[in-house]
This record gives sequence, structure tokens and C-alpha cells, in this order.
Amino acid sequence: MESLTRMMAKRIGFGLLTLVVISLLIFLGVELLPGDVAEAILGQSALPETVEAFRRELKLNLPPHIRYFTWLGDFFQGDFGTSLANKRPVINLIGWRLANTLFLAISAAIMAVPIAILLGILAALYRNSLFDRFISMATLSTISFPEFFVAYILIALLSVQLIIFPSISNINEQMSFWQKIHAIILPCLTLTLVVVAHMMRQTRAAIINIMASPFIEMARLKGIKRARIIVLHAFPNALSPVINVIAINLAYLVVGVVIVEVVFVYPGLGQLLVDSVAKRDIPVVQASGLIFAFIYISLNLLADVLSILTNPRLRNPK
Amino acid sequence: MAFLKLLRQSPLSARIGLAIIFINIAAAIFAPIITPYTETEIVGDVWIPISSDHLLGTDHLGRDLLTRLLYGARNTIAIAFVTTMLSFFVGSICGFFAATLGGWTDMALSRFIDILMAFPTLIFALMVLSVTGASIPALIVVIALLDSTRVYRLSRAVAMDIEVMEFVEAARLRGEKIWWLMRHEILPNAMPPLVAEFGLRFCFVFLFIAALSFLGLGIQPPLADWGGMVRENGGAITFGIFTALYPAGAIAFLTVGVNLIVDWFLHIASGLKD
Repeated sequence: MESLTRMMAKRIGFGLLTLVVISLLIFLGVELLPGDVAEAILGQSALPETVEAFRRELKLNLPPHIRYFTWLGDFFQGDFGTSLANKRPVINLIGWRLANTLFLAISAAIMAVPIAILLGILAALYRNSLFDRFISMATLSTISFPEFFVAYILIALLSVQLIIFPSISNINEQMSFWQKIHAIILPCLTLTLVVVAHMMRQTRAAIINIMASPFIEMARLKGIKRARIIVLHAFPNALSPVINVIAINLAYLVVGVVIVEVVFVYPGLGQLLVDSVAKRDIPVVQASGLIFAFIYISLNLLADVLSILTNPRLRNPK
Repeated sequence: MAFLKLLRQSPLSARIGLAIIFINIAAAIFAPIITPYTETEIVGDVWIPISSDHLLGTDHLGRDLLTRLLYGARNTIAIAFVTTMLSFFVGSICGFFAATLGGWTDMALSRFIDILMAFPTLIFALMVLSVTGASIPALIVVIALLDSTRVYRLSRAVAMDIEVMEFVEAARLRGEKIWWLMRHEILPNAMPPLVAEFGLRFCFVFLFIAALSFLGLGIQPPLADWGGMVRENGGAITFGIFTALYPAGAIAFLTVGVNLIVDWFLHIASGLKD
């Protein structure tokens, strides 16, 4: 058991180290710019006094290591600085947008995970049948399609031809839960289509892999029904790779929302990040980038920890 | 001749893939000959429907859509190709270096790249572009460096296997320098897996550039490129004008084509016969 905790500690340590290096990179990225940010943003025609004032506002007059630690310290206390574009505290801009992004990602996950696992099991059960071939073809094509292609096809079909769902997912606090769900159904569907393909292929591969092991052969020779073998014998053993795939795809969902949010003009963190990059609003970009990094790295960490826990062989490394 | 023989044995899917790539490259090269208009020329009213003058109609500024699509192939494919080349250049040199030198160099490079790979590329690219501003050179360098981490992984793994072979040992004992080892011993033997990976990486880079242009942070207007065209035409879709689907479809079409070829390559490389 001791080696298990050590393994987890090592993995978590690596996750934390990654976060520290990423935060350093996010910080240094601004630093390494030729000239400095103030000049780059204000342009060459700006008066020296304006540049100097702006530099003081960004605290560029302090040495870099002090600025890094104050920035990080403030970040952990919930003070993300003020936006350059509209002078509002970044935390106010980010707060409800982050909630919206998580709402969209979680709704998509609730829709995608059961569908992917069910389809994966069915495809493994009826391997090489017409159904399996059709599913593989469909998933392969959704993997090669960019998200916005899937999104616009869905809009063209479900929002323009058959007027069922809105093509712009504008949500606000006054809306009831079901109104919100109705508003986000198209972006949710787009994300689902994109991740289901990947998750389903992995589930299928994991189950087919397990189906080749001797204990399944044994169960089959005992005369147990095929469906029962898959659900009770194969699936629990395929759980480790499947959980891993789900967590990785959830991490992908949180990041993949960026493009989908822009297509559907959804007020989420991704939309904010893209707008701020265009406006070169560095404090907002840094804060939202760090939040995305944090969520992404934590979910990947969770995937690794869960797959260590669900795999008995990893618990006792030789 | 060997190529023709290989082609004759190729499955249908690979031939479709080749045809798709061929059509795209031809469109990119012959764009000025195929179309009478130029890339940014305003040729008539906005949103003209499909007609004999404008085979795909016109866009929101009255530019010919087919022309934009052909020139878009030119810009998008060329930039994606240059980026992938740069990414392979950097990634494979670092990967070979790490494998041949081993020790601390390998350790430090690999850990650093592990950390970079733990961070989502799109977010990373957005952050870097917010500092450098969106320009084509910045775009190429940023995406190539981000993508080279994947190339590094593969080329390091491949070079590790080659590095322990007797002929490398022999060359080392002869006193050859590290560059010579990389260039004459490792590179020729690492070629097949790297070529298959090139196709996959190209798809990824191509989709990535399209996504960034779609977000308005990639190739800047008035230059035509497919991601940007989806962005320009996307708003009109709610009025029943489906022009955004042409460039988006073109992106999907080319990606499927390259993927079909990659599948075939991997199949040949894996040595399966059926």
C-alpha cells in the first residue's frame, strides 16, 4: 500500500510542478516581448509619459520576480487584477462566465458519457457487423471534422430548416433551468458529437481487448450469455481505461468549449478569452488562461489517479 | 516505378484520399487560372445566389466565393505545410539529440516537454498570440513550436530504438560527431514512422490554423483562408444563407483525405497483409 500512496504523491507532485511552470510561462510570455507590453499595446506613436504611466499601472517598474510572486499570490487570494479594456475587476468578468462554461461542459458530459459507453459496448458486442462498421465510419468522420463544421451543420438543420432550437445560446440569470437547457441544446449537441466519437472508440477497443483474455474464454465455455459476459465480466475490467478516457475527454470538453462558445455566442470563459486576446487585454488573458490550465491539469491528474486506483496491477508494482 | 506499383495495390480508401489531396493541391496551384476574379476583388452585389457568373455566389462584401475558396486553399494549405515542416525540423532535431546524448540533456528536455504537453495547445496559442499579436510569422512559429512537442516524443522514441543498434555503436567508436550520427545513421532509419506522423501532424496543424482563423486570431482578412471564411459567412446562416458550409466542408474534405492516406501508410508500415 505504501508504494501506492507514493505513486499518487509523485503524480500529484508532477501536476503541481506543471502548474507552477505553466504559471511561470504565462507570466514570462509577457516578459519576453521585445520592448515591453506597455509599448506594444499603446503603439509606437504613444507619448513617453503615457507609456510611463501605463507601465506603472501594470507594475512594470518593479523587478520581475517580485511581480511574479505578487501576481500569483493575488491570484490565489481571488484578486485577478483589473481589465485593461474596461477597467473592471477581472474577477467580476470571469465569475459568472466560468459558471456558464462549466454548466455547458457538464451538460455535454452528462449527455455524452452514457451514450459513448452504451455505443462502445454495443459495437464491441456486435463486432464487425454492419452496425459496428456504420458506427466506426460515423465516429471517424466526426473526428476529422472541425467543431465549427459540426456546429454549423446542426444550426442549418435544427435551427434554420426545422425551427426547433435557437442558433444563439444567450443565457442570463433570470432564465429558469429548463429555459437555459433549451438555449444550450445545440452547443451541447455539438460538443457531444465531437467527444462521443473518441470515447466510444476507446471503450470499444478496451472491451475488445479484455474479451481476448482467458477468464472470458472460461465464462464463455461455461455457457454464459454473451451480453452477460460483456456487462458483468468484461466491463468491470475495462473500467480503468474507460474512466481514464472519460476524464481526459472532460478535460478536452472544458477547453473545446472555446470554439463552440464563439459559434453560438455563448457568454462563457472561452468567449471572454478570445475577445480579450483580440483586444490584447493581458490581465484577463492571463487569469482565464491560468483557470483553464488549472481545470485541464486537475482533470488529467484525476484521470491518472483514478486509473491507478482502479487497476489492481498498478497497486502492487514489482 | 515503385510508387506506381504501390498505387496499383492500394485500397479504394487510399485512392479516394489521394484524389482529394490532388484536387486540393491543383486548386491551390491553379487558382489564378481557374477563376477570372482576384482574391479581394468586389465583383457585384452582396449574397448573390449561385449563378453562371458566380458558381458559388458572393459573400457579405460581394466577393466571389469560389475565388475566395480557391485562394483560401492556397493560403491555408501553404501555411499549414510550412508550419508542419518547421515543427518537424525542430521536433526531430531535439528528439534525436535527446536520444543520442542521453543523460541530463534527455532528462531536462523530456521533463520540460512533458510539462508543455500537459497544457492545452489552443489555450497556450491564444495566450502567446495575445502578446505577439496575430501575424502570419507569429502564427507559424507558435503553432510549429507547440506541435514540435509531439514530434519530439515520436522521434525520441524511434531514435532510442535505433541508437542501441550495432551500426550506431560502430560509428560512435569510429569517432563520428553527433551531427553525423544524427544525419547519416539515425535519420534514414527513422524516416518511415516520421512520414506517417507527418500526415497526422499536418491534419492537426491545418485544423488548428483553421480554428484560430475562425476565432479571428489566425490569418487576417482580407487574405482568404477557410477558417476565416467560415467566420465571415457564419452570421448569415440564421437567414438561411448556407455559404459558411462551403469553406467548413472544404476543411473537413481535406482532413478526411489526408487521414485516409495516413491510415493506408500505417497499414503498410505495420506490415499487415490482408
